[in-house]
Amino acid sequence: MPLFGFFGIQYDFQWSVLWTGERGQWLVQGILTTVRLSLISWLIASTLGIVSGALRTVPWKPLRLLAAAYVEFFRNVPLLVWLFFWYFGVPQVLPRAGQDWLNHHGPEFWSAVAGLSVYHGARMSEVIRAGIQSIPKTLLEASVATGLSVFQAYRLIVVPIALRLIVPPATNESLNLLKNSSLALTIGVAELTFMTRQIETYTAKAFEALTAGTLIYLALCLGIASIMGRVEQRFRIPGLIARAGRAEH
Amino acid sequence: MSFDWGVIADNWKFLIVQGFLGFGAFGGGTLRLAIPAIVLGFFLGILIGVCRLSNRPWVHYPAVVYVEFFRGVPLVMVIFWFWFLIPQITGQRLPEYAVALTAFVVFEAAYLGEIVRAGIQSVPRGQIEAATAGGLTYPQMMVHVILPQAIRNMIPSLVTQFIVLFKDTSLASIIGMMDLTKAAQTVSQREIRPFEMFLFIAVVYWLCTYSMSRLSRRLEARMTPERAPTKRAALRAATRAAA
Repeated sequence: MPLFGFFGIQYDFQWSVLWTGERGQWLVQGILTTVRLSLISWLIASTLGIVSGALRTVPWKPLRLLAAAYVEFFRNVPLLVWLFFWYFGVPQVLPRAGQDWLNHHGPEFWSAVAGLSVYHGARMSEVIRAGIQSIPKTLLEASVATGLSVFQAYRLIVVPIALRLIVPPATNESLNLLKNSSLALTIGVAELTFMTRQIETYTAKAFEALTAGTLIYLALCLGIASIMGRVEQRFRIPGLIARAGRAEH
Repeated sequence: MSFDWGVIADNWKFLIVQGFLGFGAFGGGTLRLAIPAIVLGFFLGILIGVCRLSNRPWVHYPAVVYVEFFRGVPLVMVIFWFWFLIPQITGQRLPEYAVALTAFVVFEAAYLGEIVRAGIQSVPRGQIEAATAGGLTYPQMMVHVILPQAIRNMIPSLVTQFIVLFKDTSLASIIGMMDLTKAAQTVSQREIRPFEMFLFIAVVYWLCTYSMSRLSRRLEARMTPERAPTKRAALRAATRAAA
């Protein structure tokens, strides 16, 4: 390693620690847990995001305020705090049956799912809202004029079009969810970062373990981004240049 | 199920003074980490954004790789990298605060760099031509003409990113730095009142981030009077015209 030589550091590289013994399995299990955690959370977050994002644009104020309260409160507090809240705090107030269910199904994993979905649902909601607001209001009016109810108009016309407009920012947000799933290590979910740390603890080979974890995250992110690039092409609405508001980070 | 909100009153000094502000035996502190991280990250971000727009490939490509790399990796991973690398390079263990600050500045600069780039690109080309025609050198043009206009355009996304950074400082607790999150963890372990504790710090974080976003909206309205005149500004202009 030229970098290490430059700084005059003695470090004995042993890349084999990544696959010898049960460590290779650890990494694979870590990847699988990260993917499963992200996928389940992504499905719930998208549902929450679509519903609350649409509610923020409906012509009825109480619903708009309710959705706004959800979004503004959950997305403005650190995810880590939410994870601790769901994992340590919520079981304390759950009824007996709920606590039993959690203890049988792995409280760490499902608390992480709850934390990630509710937090990212609020963030996704902003993306969806921007998408819906970029559609001219006359579309909703025209749909209602043809005899659809407001609910039908949203379900059949407005939301499908908005979803096609927001593929790039929604991809960005989905990748954030994948990267943020690494925070689940703090409540003991054995996902990729957790396994990386575990290899480091068992072998004292931090450089190799961190490199493996970093490259896997990079590969996952770049892979998903390129797939979504194709999806964007496939679902692009012909004749439109403008895209809905992009979300940062 | 019963709540005991007194636990907050009993521990507020530790939570706010030590955890949030960072005054006390443990060092650290959410604000003491967030403010330098925002300032230093912003300057590094300007450097990276300007480099990415450079025509010279050996300046341009390192900036591209920097941004793409850090945007594809979780922040936790970056913190662990510095946690491991800094002692290797300096030969001594640094306090958690220094490790966290370095990791935040390096990581956030990638995101801020992209915002700076978009901001610079939003400045009309004519400004560059006019500055060049006026005889300014490239650095002079950047500092006196382009960046002041670019920063004004960047304010909304910049503040959004500052809010993200502020929330991200909670991750410093993972390597043991005493911030608001770590303080709440410590108290909740002792008092066994996690629900009250974490809900309380959620509200503290929320108050900070929400007021930041409110402030940015006001700042934006004030700095772009020609685009979005406030009622008062319009009134003032009208009075002046009448007089």
